[in-house]
Amino acid sequence: MKFTQWQGFTQGDWCTGINVRNFIQTNYTPYTGDDSFLETATERTNALMNKLRGLQKQEREKGGVLDIDTTTVSSLCNYKAGYLDKENELIVGLQTDAPLKRGVNPFGGIRMAREACEAYGYKLSDKIEEYFTYRTTHNDGVFRCYTPEMKAARHCALLTGLPDAYGRGRIIGDYRRVALYGVDALIEQKRQDKLKIGEGVMNADTIKLTEELFQQINFLGKLKEMAAIYGFDISQPASTAREAMQWTYFGYLAANKEQNGAAMSLGRVSTFFDIYIERDIKNGILDEKGAQELFDQFVMKLRMARHLRTPDYNELFGGDPMWITESVGGMGENNTTLVTKSSFRILNTLYTLGSAPEPNLTVLWSARLPEGFKRFCAKVSQDTDSIQYENDDLMRPHFGDDYAIACCVSAMKVGKQMQFFGARANLAKLLLLAINGGIDNVFGTRVGPQMQPMQDEYLDYDKVMERFRLYREWLCRLYVNTMNVIHYMHDKYAYEKIQMALHDTDVERLMAFGVAGLSVLTDSLSAIKYAKVKPVRDENGIIVDFETTGDFPKYGNDDDRADTIAQDMLHEFIDELKKTPTYRNARHTLSVLTITSNVMYGKKTGSTPDGRKKGEPFAPGANPMHGREENGALASLNSVSKLSYSACMDGISNTFSIIPDALGKSETERTDNLVAILTGYFLNAAHHINVNVMNRETLLKAYECPEDYPNLTIRVSGYAVNFCKLSREQQREVIMRTFHEAM
Amino acid sequence: MCEIFGRISSFQSLGTVDGPGVRYVVFMQGCNLRCKCCHNPETWDMSGGKEYTAQEVMKRAERCKSYFGSDGGITVSGGEPLLQARFVTQLFSLCKQSGISTCLDTSGCIINDDVKELLQYTDTVLLDYKSTNAKDYKNFCGMDMQAADDFLLLLDKMHIDTYLRQVIIKGFTDSDENARRLFEIASAHECVKKTELLPFRKMCSAKYEKLGIPFPLKDKEETPASVIERLYALKDK
Repeated sequence: MKFTQWQGFTQGDWCTGINVRNFIQTNYTPYTGDDSFLETATERTNALMNKLRGLQKQEREKGGVLDIDTTTVSSLCNYKAGYLDKENELIVGLQTDAPLKRGVNPFGGIRMAREACEAYGYKLSDKIEEYFTYRTTHNDGVFRCYTPEMKAARHCALLTGLPDAYGRGRIIGDYRRVALYGVDALIEQKRQDKLKIGEGVMNADTIKLTEELFQQINFLGKLKEMAAIYGFDISQPASTAREAMQWTYFGYLAANKEQNGAAMSLGRVSTFFDIYIERDIKNGILDEKGAQELFDQFVMKLRMARHLRTPDYNELFGGDPMWITESVGGMGENNTTLVTKSSFRILNTLYTLGSAPEPNLTVLWSARLPEGFKRFCAKVSQDTDSIQYENDDLMRPHFGDDYAIACCVSAMKVGKQMQFFGARANLAKLLLLAINGGIDNVFGTRVGPQMQPMQDEYLDYDKVMERFRLYREWLCRLYVNTMNVIHYMHDKYAYEKIQMALHDTDVERLMAFGVAGLSVLTDSLSAIKYAKVKPVRDENGIIVDFETTGDFPKYGNDDDRADTIAQDMLHEFIDELKKTPTYRNARHTLSVLTITSNVMYGKKTGSTPDGRKKGEPFAPGANPMHGREENGALASLNSVSKLSYSACMDGISNTFSIIPDALGKSETERTDNLVAILTGYFLNAAHHINVNVMNRETLLKAYECPEDYPNLTIRVSGYAVNFCKLSREQQREVIMRTFHEAM
Repeated sequence: MCEIFGRISSFQSLGTVDGPGVRYVVFMQGCNLRCKCCHNPETWDMSGGKEYTAQEVMKRAERCKSYFGSDGGITVSGGEPLLQARFVTQLFSLCKQSGISTCLDTSGCIINDDVKELLQYTDTVLLDYKSTNAKDYKNFCGMDMQAADDFLLLLDKMHIDTYLRQVIIKGFTDSDENARRLFEIASAHECVKKTELLPFRKMCSAKYEKLGIPFPLKDKEETPASVIERLYALKDK
């Protein structure tokens, strides 16, 4: 391949085949300085941002949704061009024809689309309703094949949040390819791939792939059409930084128009953009002010992305999140940092545009990151509570140096791996189900192997474990089978045509299972082992509560007696999952992550032996239970860092909140200490941390007077939210969480 | 080494305000003073807390070594750590062997051979210097100001990095005069590397209530940051 748009770039393997990583490695400029070069927002940016803030205010006042186009099915070319302020926009393109107006996407399931419209006082048009009576949705397909057992496990919230009625998401298209190669070259590559498959044996697998390639090529064509609606020809590569951002954004926008996936992550674009920016600066057509302005405008577009969701969905994933996760920083395999000036610029948007939950800025932390960048990140965390950190030194050996995070904590090689998202199983509920012999004590559902509830006066650890293993074996098999049904149907009825077109044809698939309630399960088993746990039975002999006497070790205190239970539970769970084969031979992975569903999970789970009462929230992700940490923050971090990434390759989420005074006396001290904490935590092989530096009082005030805190952003569980967009219940749970404050 | 047990009130794995950098803080049980602003009334009782060997405590602190960086380490506070000087000496000598820096938070109320030995294993001392007025001093905590001054001289002689610290309380230590004298004392001693003015806070009220002990400064107002800034500004004048 040869393009005039590539002038000034160093040639490499990337010129003969699609290879964005090689382009980055041969062309980027590492930056090891501090943040002093950064610029503030331009007047143009401020004007646009003010306009957007006004719309966001109206959106809040209208109950969370500004407007819905109920007559159009969302897709790449179904809307005319929309603008925020055409004159001033450097990067253009909206999901519908107007800013913050939401489209409807019924391919996951028509009922969800209908209910979402109704929840905000709209009605899905008859035209769409009628059209979808002739069409099978993903949701239709799944329910045709769910077994009674799958439905029962889902009904009693043993398996929850399954992507069976909405887009599965967590697929990151390599949107950079659009900018680097232009769409025509991408189409040509896919054509060749398709021809090649035809030369081999045609069987169910290859025919399926051939049809998918047909759809990918078709949608790459639509991607060009969509750009043309905005007056751009993206058949050729981008020739400037502005075009590179625009082309990349068109790729991302197309994905968002086609799919309403739970997490629509962006990938790893900032260092890629930096190459174009450096070239423009060298050519004298861009300066620092202009470079920041491009980032500001690009990020502003990301902040305008919206999907239409139902209230049920919001209970799982509170705060209207999109998970436009952008992975920043990290190290190269050659030990040179991947931090560039643009790693700073994208974080700087939290100042130029104000703090906000999206994009979900994720710093890939390495012990060897440049000090100036580490300190800048720590400063941004303190000022904005908007970034999360993940351990690059832990992930790089598995995923190389061009991976990105999807959603919260899911690593994948950009354009080379995709995942089948699988929500999570409720471990605390599984324990109760085992103790009760296959009856759920909240819903009354009978599910799993059927036997008598345990008869002992006091629970015996060995006997409980024996039962627990039996039920776990059963659940893991059911869980894999359920996921297989879901993803078979998703591929069949809601295949991600544009996102998969921006992957290698020979893609590696991961199947991401998850667990919730790890700390509740751990402390409960510890209570049974080290204290005395007496079951309380109802009139039918079903165990509905526990009287726990005596002290027991609790997860979160760096106490091996409790922490090894948590470690073992995860290893055993993934080993058990691996016994059942997956759809398309995906690799089994596991996460410890709840999003905000820890509140809903708690609501649907009976009292547990650790002393948690029926209905009380779980701790989020891999966090210890609130208020059980007796030795302060580092002991708590140490417990979490013992959980092994090799067992949980889909991520281990930990949310850390600390009051500013507990970090040190001066700004410099606080920054130094936060860097030291992050350094120590990740040296201990921990995977992820959300950092909030704030006082509980601020949250209490925001809870009382939400209108005074419209932009208050906090990290919850793998993502950031506007505190005010959470439900009241979710807000109360966040306030209840441990704030490390000892001084 | 013969086994000595230390009576310990609690552990705080993340301390950032008691000595340089990130610190693992051990709160010893037992105190001979009754400072009116005391933050940790639960540490007074000599027979409270739980017993640990130096090895056990060391093991806990070592678990936080990865967070210490170049500045951090262990801080032994209390209560009054000098009352258990032999135990703390064992702990600190273990820390030194493991390359962990040591910091002692004390009133400086005791000088004896055990204390002198302990100081040999101590990198930094946080000396809580209650007042610059001898009468107030005794009245406030029950200890002679002279004892604190003697301790400061000893630290000077032993060349131990010292943070001179004082809680700033309205009507007691918040005058310009008091602050000036404190800075003078600091500059008269080579060992003093830093003077820290700590705003009086009342977060400990709940602890007093729980223990059923009257909090002498219950009605005193907390010291605002502006006062601390004003006093710090006197330092170079």
